[in-house]
Amino acid sequence: MTIIERRDVPPARTHGPRRWVGQSIRRVEDPKFLRGRGGYIADLVRPGMLHAAVLRSPYPHARIVSIDTTAAEAMPGVYAVVTGAQAAELTDPLPDFGPDPAKHTWRCLAVDKVRYVGEGVVVVVADDRYLAEDALALIEVEYDPLPAVVDPVRALDAGAPLVHEALGANLAYDRTFDFGDVDADFAEADLVVRDRLRWHRSGGQPLETVGAIADFDPSTGQLTAHTNSLSFTSYLFMAAATLRIPANKLDIRQVPAGGSFGSKLFVTKPLVIAGMCSRIVGRPVVFLEDRVDNISNCDHHGSDRVYDVELAVMRDGTLRGLRIDTIDDYGAYIQFGVGHHGNALAQVTGPYTIGSVRYRVRAALTNKNQQGAYRGFGSEVNNWMLEQMVDKAARELRMDPVEIRRRNFIQPAQFPYFIPTGNAYDSGDYEAVLERALELGEYDRWRAEQARAREEGRYLGIGLITAQERSVFSATEFWFWFDEPGAPVTSMPESVTLNVDATGGITATLYSCAFWGNSPETMVAQLVAEEFDCEPHDVSIVYHGSQGGLPATGPGGSRTTVMLAGAVEGASAKIKAKARRAASELLEVDPDDLEWTEGGFQVRGVPDRRKSLGDIAIALHLFKHTFPEDIESGLEESKVFDHPWTTMPSADRSDLGVFYPFMGHACHVPVVEVDVATGEVRILAYAAVHDCGTLVNPRSLAGHIVGGTAQGIGTALYEEFVYDDHGQLVTSSFLDYTIPSAMEVPELRIDHVETPSPYTPHGIKGGGEGGRMMAPAALNVAVNDALAPLGVRVTELPMTPDRLRAAIRAAEGAPPG
Amino acid sequence: MRDLHEITLTVNGREHTLAVEPRRLLVDVLREDLGLPGTHIGCEHGVCGTCTVLLDGASIRSCSTLAVQVDGRSVRTVESLASGPDLHPLQEEFWDKQGLQCGYCTPGMLMRAVEILEQEPDPTPEQVREEIASNLCRCTGYQYIVEAVLAAAPRLRGGQQWDPTAGTAATVPTEAKA
Repeated sequence: MTIIERRDVPPARTHGPRRWVGQSIRRVEDPKFLRGRGGYIADLVRPGMLHAAVLRSPYPHARIVSIDTTAAEAMPGVYAVVTGAQAAELTDPLPDFGPDPAKHTWRCLAVDKVRYVGEGVVVVVADDRYLAEDALALIEVEYDPLPAVVDPVRALDAGAPLVHEALGANLAYDRTFDFGDVDADFAEADLVVRDRLRWHRSGGQPLETVGAIADFDPSTGQLTAHTNSLSFTSYLFMAAATLRIPANKLDIRQVPAGGSFGSKLFVTKPLVIAGMCSRIVGRPVVFLEDRVDNISNCDHHGSDRVYDVELAVMRDGTLRGLRIDTIDDYGAYIQFGVGHHGNALAQVTGPYTIGSVRYRVRAALTNKNQQGAYRGFGSEVNNWMLEQMVDKAARELRMDPVEIRRRNFIQPAQFPYFIPTGNAYDSGDYEAVLERALELGEYDRWRAEQARAREEGRYLGIGLITAQERSVFSATEFWFWFDEPGAPVTSMPESVTLNVDATGGITATLYSCAFWGNSPETMVAQLVAEEFDCEPHDVSIVYHGSQGGLPATGPGGSRTTVMLAGAVEGASAKIKAKARRAASELLEVDPDDLEWTEGGFQVRGVPDRRKSLGDIAIALHLFKHTFPEDIESGLEESKVFDHPWTTMPSADRSDLGVFYPFMGHACHVPVVEVDVATGEVRILAYAAVHDCGTLVNPRSLAGHIVGGTAQGIGTALYEEFVYDDHGQLVTSSFLDYTIPSAMEVPELRIDHVETPSPYTPHGIKGGGEGGRMMAPAALNVAVNDALAPLGVRVTELPMTPDRLRAAIRAAEGAPPG
Repeated sequence: MRDLHEITLTVNGREHTLAVEPRRLLVDVLREDLGLPGTHIGCEHGVCGTCTVLLDGASIRSCSTLAVQVDGRSVRTVESLASGPDLHPLQEEFWDKQGLQCGYCTPGMLMRAVEILEQEPDPTPEQVREEIASNLCRCTGYQYIVEAVLAAAPRLRGGQQWDPTAGTAATVPTEAKA
């Protein structure tokens, strides 16, 4: 094993008392939304704007023999009809971080053949959406259907239909990593627990779809686009390259997104389609997905994995090592490579002192919509897998599920703790979270209730899980998969500009597409108020377009709060440094004799000799010549905040370095009742205790925990993009893709343990994904706990009534079906 | 040539006469023809309730209602709720309890809540939960929406008279006042 020196731990910070951070203030974003004036992409109308609609493939896999667009082009009100082949002349392939993009080329519209039901084939631009869709109906496409491949395991068989002939197989990636001494841990194990687990695909499915309005100006060559997507502001040059526009001629303007949950992360397709069309017709063009587009052609289906897992354990319950072999069904393209497994490897061993991991990942290509991002980005699947294994180990050892976890927890004194993959956990107190969850969830009372119910022939289950929520990614997780090309350690920065006007009013400028339903404006307002002792609701927040903007990344991997907090802190320090000098001139004292207090600088110990921020600001704005030569007019400063703790992987990749270090933790305790006659699962109670460090706005975080848990309930019980054996998508509306309603989501009991991070401003860790990262694991454990007396163990999500009934029938010895 | 039908409808107390195609959806008339973007489009199948408006006081899905079907009738949208700078009690409670995150389902949810509290001014938590199950929210998990509706109920019962036509015809735009 390569020995890596852990010399990169940042200095620990101390965190002082706080006034605004930690307060559940009303969100500053909300009034416009409450009035129906959110200004979403569909609400924006540009003068002369035309509408695009896309013809989707009805086939999972087929050659495009011919396309006849004559009738559509002749239709009044139609401005342009563009086939995939024509689009390939006008644009380059879409950005793809995957292995060997040239062998699975991804374009905004299909060329030569379609690879999944819903893939775009032709785009029409017309006066309005009704006419555009009329024109789609006039297009005749002749297809030559090909056999489809749907199952990820069969996709890897020799002779399976090829999704991309250029690749020569459907295996886009295959590598095995060893972290620690796996063989020794398994050789010495008293018991090896094994299982095959299956996680089917679901997705974010926000109520608003993805869209872009593009406005190309032929006189300047500039493309101005409004979009509710593209949070990877730092990577916009890639979208510009696809459009063949210089990056400094592409300006992306942020639009509030009506939900994302990952599914609006860096969606280039609508932007490229709208941009290409605008350039053709010379007018603004909007392409806004309809619901079927968003379900079948969104590029952001979630994980779709088969796991074969082995867990090496000792008789006393000590967890020693993990061997994980996973096949992930990426669909027809692979835009982010296997970065989802980087997420998994950030916390692959959970909160436990497991000493070694063998991780094999195979990326299978199939005739499905491709994977992208969904709240957790693959780490929620790892949580589910690991907790199923720990739960199974406890059962095989006849140990209490609480006791086995307690026995293996990393202890508070062990932080910063480096897990076998090399990632660091900054801090935590897992025992405290567990204790609080047992109390809040009335664990002992429910165990007694469960025993009583069993006597009545009712099947109650308690789903205790303890799992991680990594936050603040470094993009190394997208490239450490490959030996070549190597890259230096990769930051994903975030920037803020603070401007104090002549009256002392503060405006904060953000540089990424930050609002997805999270609370970036509220959070920045609270952080600014903390620095300057003002009211958060008096802080103005504006978004800068990408053109000429400072480096920014946007939401993703629960990074926004930590990164913006760092940027606000840095910009505030610069503002205060200038204000201190100015105040020292105004008060004719040494700058070091001044202290910041109650919104201004005062002479230490002399409260009546002070200058408020407003006093200082007006002097700096209007009376520059009062000051020394090097002090310029105005009071505005920016901070580009880079990732606070990330290190290089080792050359042999036996150690991946630090790439996701601010480690949240949670314990979820749902109680379910399974109706064994119908396979219905009812949630009777649900307690959740989270630790994501210092809370900024507890009510806002609670909203994410409840909402994320609701999504996790959907993942565990209801939601699945179902492709039939022929590759046909049979869940293309919300009638079939069933999102939980208020009747399926219980009232949650929530509490927090706050273990501040020693390495971030205020000790904040990310917390936006936690609910969904825990709930699927917890509900699966709960259902298995309920059905244990029947000898039933469910290993497949979602646990739909038909799957549960099949498992129960199988255990009863009846033939399946 | 498009086949156009003349219809007259009252929206938030104001009467409009329009010529529409028979296939034109009510939601598009509200958003595009009448400039009321508060009513949003979600699933386009009548499942999610994002596009909920009140038609003669009863909630409907405006994404699957044709404009010609509402000829001669009265529609209320989210734009009718606030009166100048003053938010409706439901809007205030949604804000206070954080019954919204992305805000996209909010207008539909608010209009549904108006209907729920008109039909049952003193509902139980269980009733509110069951009644709002008509509308999907992908962000909140519903818990704080239920709390907001329950908190608004006594305020609406308690004599805080609210004029459903306020905030439209003669009132000064909110931004001008605020």
